[in-house]
Amino acid sequence: MSELTNLTIAGARDLLAKGEISAKELTEAHVAAVEAARPLNAFITETPEKALAMAEASDARRKAGEAGLLEGIPIGMKDLFCTEGVLTTAASHILDGFHPTYESTVSANMWKAGAVLLGKTNLDEFAMGSSNMTSFYGGVENPWRRSGDNRPLVPGGSSGGSAAAVAARCALGATGTDTGGSIRQPAAFCGIVGIKPTYGRCSRWGIVAFASSLDQAGPMARTVRDSAILLRAMAGYDPKDSTSVNVAVPDYEKALTGDIKGMKIGIPKEYRVDSMPEEIDRLWQQGIKWLEEAGAEAVEISLPHTRYALPTYYIIAPAEASSNLARYDGVRYGLREDGKTLDEMYEATRGKGFGAEVQRRVLIGTYVLSAGYYDAYYNKARKVRSLIAGDFTKAYETVDAILTPTAPSAAFGMGDKMDDPIAMYLNDVFTVPASLAGLPGISIPAGLSADGLPLGLQLLGKAFDEETVFRVAGVLEEAAAFEAAPAFQAA
Amino acid sequence: MSVDKETVAKIARLARVRVDEGHKEALAKELSNILGWIEQLSELDTEGVEPMTSVVSMKLPLRDDKVTDGGYPERVTANAPEAAHGFYAVPKVVE
Repeated sequence: MSELTNLTIAGARDLLAKGEISAKELTEAHVAAVEAARPLNAFITETPEKALAMAEASDARRKAGEAGLLEGIPIGMKDLFCTEGVLTTAASHILDGFHPTYESTVSANMWKAGAVLLGKTNLDEFAMGSSNMTSFYGGVENPWRRSGDNRPLVPGGSSGGSAAAVAARCALGATGTDTGGSIRQPAAFCGIVGIKPTYGRCSRWGIVAFASSLDQAGPMARTVRDSAILLRAMAGYDPKDSTSVNVAVPDYEKALTGDIKGMKIGIPKEYRVDSMPEEIDRLWQQGIKWLEEAGAEAVEISLPHTRYALPTYYIIAPAEASSNLARYDGVRYGLREDGKTLDEMYEATRGKGFGAEVQRRVLIGTYVLSAGYYDAYYNKARKVRSLIAGDFTKAYETVDAILTPTAPSAAFGMGDKMDDPIAMYLNDVFTVPASLAGLPGISIPAGLSADGLPLGLQLLGKAFDEETVFRVAGVLEEAAAFEAAPAFQAA
Repeated sequence: MSVDKETVAKIARLARVRVDEGHKEALAKELSNILGWIEQLSELDTEGVEPMTSVVSMKLPLRDDKVTDGGYPERVTANAPEAAHGFYAVPKVVE
């Protein structure tokens, strides 16, 4: 393993600033790593030439004294972000050959800060999934293996390619998007850090839409500090997204003081689900202890509508998806299947272009929005969503942050749970409630399962209080001292 | 709520997704399972609860009603499977 690919973003930033390494050297090492990691299938499109050109431009900017926040840092971009002139697929057959003529706001922010694009990372089709197995471009292998067991595992999803690439040392960081847990769950499965910021913190403009009231971009990296560095560059008000919120973006690194004395950390009793494996519960209790040892106070709280979060999500997200995905009709971009009439062309294109899970969700969404069912399903779900958000509002009257496990299990085998959609949906049981409430949440690697796989703890914060989330996460990270590395690392 | 083959055909038609005849039965079962699981929401009393429209309480921003962008049809249609003279081309809809 190259020393350069094992750096943190903060470490690379210092070496670049001191002139001890160049962006070009750093990028070359990562381009080689991306190539070496091809067996993982973490990237849909590699962009080595572009990466080297961007790195050279970065070195030139630094020489001219114009270094940005991410100057010279090579990253992976989830293939849900539109990148001008670079194939953007959303891992769907229906976007075959789509080369956007514009750049998403989040990726543009990162290029403006000096980041270097290594390639577009694999994901579940239209970000619909928790395993990365629904990608038209094939599943991604988790770089981790169970000890003494060589069967390939999923990296989680939907941001599975980003998580695998960062864990396998192909990229110093990557972007993800999180609708119901798509940053946090793969981060947990791959032993890295991932944060979904508050809804409205990052612009959704130019991100292929899944469920617009839930979708939010965020960073994935190997440390809390690196995530803080990335988020600062990604976030910001954007008039092109009407749900983007016009508040200042703080320097999140400054929040990493290590001081959580006197903070109140909520422990929601409803998250102690019957089916929770003992080792997940044990890690959670350990996390509480770590925070108490650092001077915080653990407080039991109640989020009484937690058990209704998943069914609520599986009405609202498919409903919004069925509307958003109406645009894929074989007219404006991507795949077109011939038909004698316009309607036949639409049906043939969408029948062929959407995979099984996407079709399932489009049909569920169409059903719950159809005449006669709109009130019973969609409006009911919107009301329950209010109740779920209200639970958090009430809890935050007494606590500063909330600690939970990230996922109910460690990474599972490729191909497992594929024949049972609901079993797959249950992966997001701990991440979905905060998504419905629009709240920030981070997953940090906190320990290993009995068979040697990473497990994550999740910290949730108040709206637009990512700083507290980062501060507490930094303390947890230090206490957990998670140093295990995956079996597969790019040479 | 149990969904039958005919309902699958109807919503597939509404969603403009072609579903093979042989697949409709299996899909009906899958959708029934999911809808049955979702049904647990009905046990909750939501009388008087305001349905959520936005997680962030903010007013939708308004801008001046002015053209600020556009004038490049070739860029807009650059990814079209079929385009001509700055328009999208589709199968004939009028006889």
